[in-house]
Amino acid sequence: MNVIPIRSSCSIRVTVNGRPVELDVRPEALLLDVLRDRLQLKGAKRSCDMQVCGACTVLLDGAPVSACTFLAVEADGREIVTVEGLGTEERLDPLQEAFIDHAAVQCGFCTAGMLLTAKALLAEDPAPTRQRVVHYLRGNLCRCTGYRKIVEAILACAHER
Amino acid sequence: MLRPFALYRPSTVGEAAEVLVREGPDAALYAGGTEVLLILKEGLLRVRSLVDVKRIPGLDEIRRDDGHLSIGATATHRALERAPAVHAHCPIVAGVARHVANIRVRTIGTVGGNLAFADPHSDLATLFLAFDGVVRLASPSGERDLPLAEFVRGPYETARRDDEILAAVRLAPWPAGTAGAYVKFGVHERPTLGVAVALMRGAGGDAVTDARLAVGCVGPRPQRLPEAEARVRGWSLADLARHAGEVAALAARDVDAVGDLHGSAEYKREMTRVFVQRILLVAGARAAGRDPHERYPHTVIV
Repeated sequence: MNVIPIRSSCSIRVTVNGRPVELDVRPEALLLDVLRDRLQLKGAKRSCDMQVCGACTVLLDGAPVSACTFLAVEADGREIVTVEGLGTEERLDPLQEAFIDHAAVQCGFCTAGMLLTAKALLAEDPAPTRQRVVHYLRGNLCRCTGYRKIVEAILACAHER
Repeated sequence: MLRPFALYRPSTVGEAAEVLVREGPDAALYAGGTEVLLILKEGLLRVRSLVDVKRIPGLDEIRRDDGHLSIGATATHRALERAPAVHAHCPIVAGVARHVANIRVRTIGTVGGNLAFADPHSDLATLFLAFDGVVRLASPSGERDLPLAEFVRGPYETARRDDEILAAVRLAPWPAGTAGAYVKFGVHERPTLGVAVALMRGAGGDAVTDARLAVGCVGPRPQRLPEAEARVRGWSLADLARHAGEVAALAARDVDAVGDLHGSAEYKREMTRVFVQRILLVAGARAAGRDPHERYPHTVIV
């Protein structure tokens, strides 16, 4: 039986934003802390810390997960994408462009999670209905309540594909 | 932050049971972690070991088995939403799975975790009662089946023994011609109320030959409401449309409502009455071949 003893570390290999990374992590290490504190990727935020708000959303093999409530050891052998992995400084992801064009950002705290969730949705369904977008984003909260523009940005991006 | 723990990753039920028996209350079962990691973070549960059951082969299978739909304990909500066997035999289950929590929880969270954690505010346990759900518990000495209604004893409490793991939940598909509906209501992350209804009818007949009504989230555990079910039996769809309020009143009388953060017992009893009536009318309309598009605030109808 595979066992990671208490207070021991185990080595994991993860692809983070396309880059292979090898890390020693303890069983209780949360993916969010590893990303933010060990890999200095600050895009995913800790907010509710209970999988409700979506601020810590990252993509695990393309599917959205809450990094705040996900053990880093579970990422072994898998692919993680954070908002830093969308586009580059010179060339943003089309979704990021659409968020800018539609002024879909207010304070910006939820934006990384919104973008990644939308990315997963569009990968699943390149031309979602408004209803589908709203349903898929149900677990991503924007306390500025700027939902309308976020949905419009995603729909615009979907239609442009 | 999580306190330190050891992570065991058994590949058989026997290995899992060995750790669970040896560690007793110092160990907790772990699959998706969407429930157990939360209470560990809060310090509401303190354990020195987690036993990850995701590596036990076959535990995530969703398949038709001996006339039942068998849903493996480590199948995720997302898998439940998409599985062809679910769409073929219990399609409403796929529809409800699509509305559990949010997309991130559905990606990671498991059906077995949901049932074994026994949070009273759960959709699946309520819905599965309307399918006469039976849980299959596996231990080194073999398997035993237990009705879901007996498995869930109360909030966060089940009849699972220390040497057992939840292997699967088995649902009896509704007979052809059954009209079913599920409604959930709430403004919090977890539902405040869930009601599942099924109306069975004989071949070609208008009369309701059997009815199932399950209510959840409002009490310590989900429950069937036998007297309300009995009232519907033998009714025509016209009777149902006229007298749904009577059934709803019986449901409100019999439901074991308790107050919590979602509201007082009185409030939940009244919401039970309101939503049982609404969902009976939806199921009745579906039985009559109509597709009602009722909309209520903070409400999902499947």
